[in-house]
Amino acid sequence: MISPTSPTLLPEQLVLHRETLRGGQAWSRRLARGQVLRIVDLAGTACVSALFYNLREPIERYNMADTLKAQFTAFLTTGRVLYSDMGRVLCSLIGDTCGWHDTISGCGNAESSRAKFGEGPYQKLRNDFHRNARDNFTVELGKHGLGKRDVVANVNFFVRVAVDDVGNLAWHAGNSKPGAWVDLRFEMDTLAVLTNTPHPLDPAASYAPPPIDLILRKGEPPGPEDPCRRSRSENERGFALTEAYVRETQALAGGRP
Amino acid sequence: MKSSLRESSLSPKDACFDEMVPSGRGFTHELSPGQILRIVDLEGNQAVDTLFYNPRDLDERYSATDTIRTQGNIYLTTGSRLLSSEGRTMLSIVADTCGRHDTIGGACSAESNQVRYALDKKYMHNCRDSFLLALARYGRGMSKRDLSSNINFFMNVPVTPAGALSFEDGVSGPGRYVELRAEMDTLVLISNCPQLNNPCNAYNPTPIRLLVWNGN
Repeated sequence: MISPTSPTLLPEQLVLHRETLRGGQAWSRRLARGQVLRIVDLAGTACVSALFYNLREPIERYNMADTLKAQFTAFLTTGRVLYSDMGRVLCSLIGDTCGWHDTISGCGNAESSRAKFGEGPYQKLRNDFHRNARDNFTVELGKHGLGKRDVVANVNFFVRVAVDDVGNLAWHAGNSKPGAWVDLRFEMDTLAVLTNTPHPLDPAASYAPPPIDLILRKGEPPGPEDPCRRSRSENERGFALTEAYVRETQALAGGRP
Repeated sequence: MKSSLRESSLSPKDACFDEMVPSGRGFTHELSPGQILRIVDLEGNQAVDTLFYNPRDLDERYSATDTIRTQGNIYLTTGSRLLSSEGRTMLSIVADTCGRHDTIGGACSAESNQVRYALDKKYMHNCRDSFLLALARYGRGMSKRDLSSNINFFMNVPVTPAGALSFEDGVSGPGRYVELRAEMDTLVLISNCPQLNNPCNAYNPTPIRLLVWNGN
């Protein structure tokens, strides 16, 4: 396997931004069409919960059900894409060394964190205090004028929650590994919101979310033979709708056509 | 979780509300704590797309992911507690003669129909349009921003251990019903699904009956 920091894989002239997120930290950024965000699970035990919004019209956002229905899948990996509620592709998984990213099990909140790990207050722990995913989403969304109404079913990168024949959920230990990464190529200008916080089904007994790396690089929008586009007819239509919207947006901005 | 079929002892003649909702129509209704809502699948294998809100604080709403993670199962049936985004129990399923209801299939929309079926399906009626019209008529400023992952009563969307998702023939049948007891003030939002592209309802959307009883 190629190292996630291999210079042959990520030429420095393509890298736009690098950042390490501490355990417990939230993050948001505006991402341009064509850019690629790599999320690296340094320790192999991370849960990176994520939500995605159309940058210009954030009422359009990642939609779990439409993503799963279009691709007849309950999880994400290379070749699959994240749909908005408007039939468009927000971003595509163009690379993945983990293999399974969860879409159905949601994220923790203050109550689930307190029940499992205790209060973990700032007064005592300072910046190692116990932050949780839902509050992190609320805070980070608040910076963009969004709030609780905008928190929908999220993606959990590097997490696998298995479903058995009768629908029971079970935490799948060892889903990720140290250095595993996923590459997200953005197909529209997108607001991404991430939180690096423990998954409530993770049996780890102590509050110790590990750091993750974020590496943003330049990229190109997908061509006609792009594997995510070509993976199934639903995605071909999803990309066509996305590209029509991109042309519409360019026309409004005074660009071509 | 075992499939837990359970019949109700409530009689329709005692109901305080009794209304038919044809396919393709939206519906809103407020429940008080203790009231019981029965949704009847009159002809079988209809999909009843449903969302719940706290009418005193509309930011608090049914959360699919919190509900399934907390109960440890992706399907709903008797005994399931429907949790809000604030972690509170909004409703409990107290009777169910179907046995399995979907939590992850979501609602159809004009745009998702284009992706799933064909670009020229955009004109077809869909659940999101019914949701949006019903919310506008409800008149409290709710919009698409308030639509999150809904329940599909009577719909069967199994997930395999390998992570595949499919839309199977329903496990419901004519006259089967589910009953929910409101545990707090609850706004019910329903779209009786008009989908004509999916074999889950035999390409034949049908009416439902909604009844409400006052609690004891």
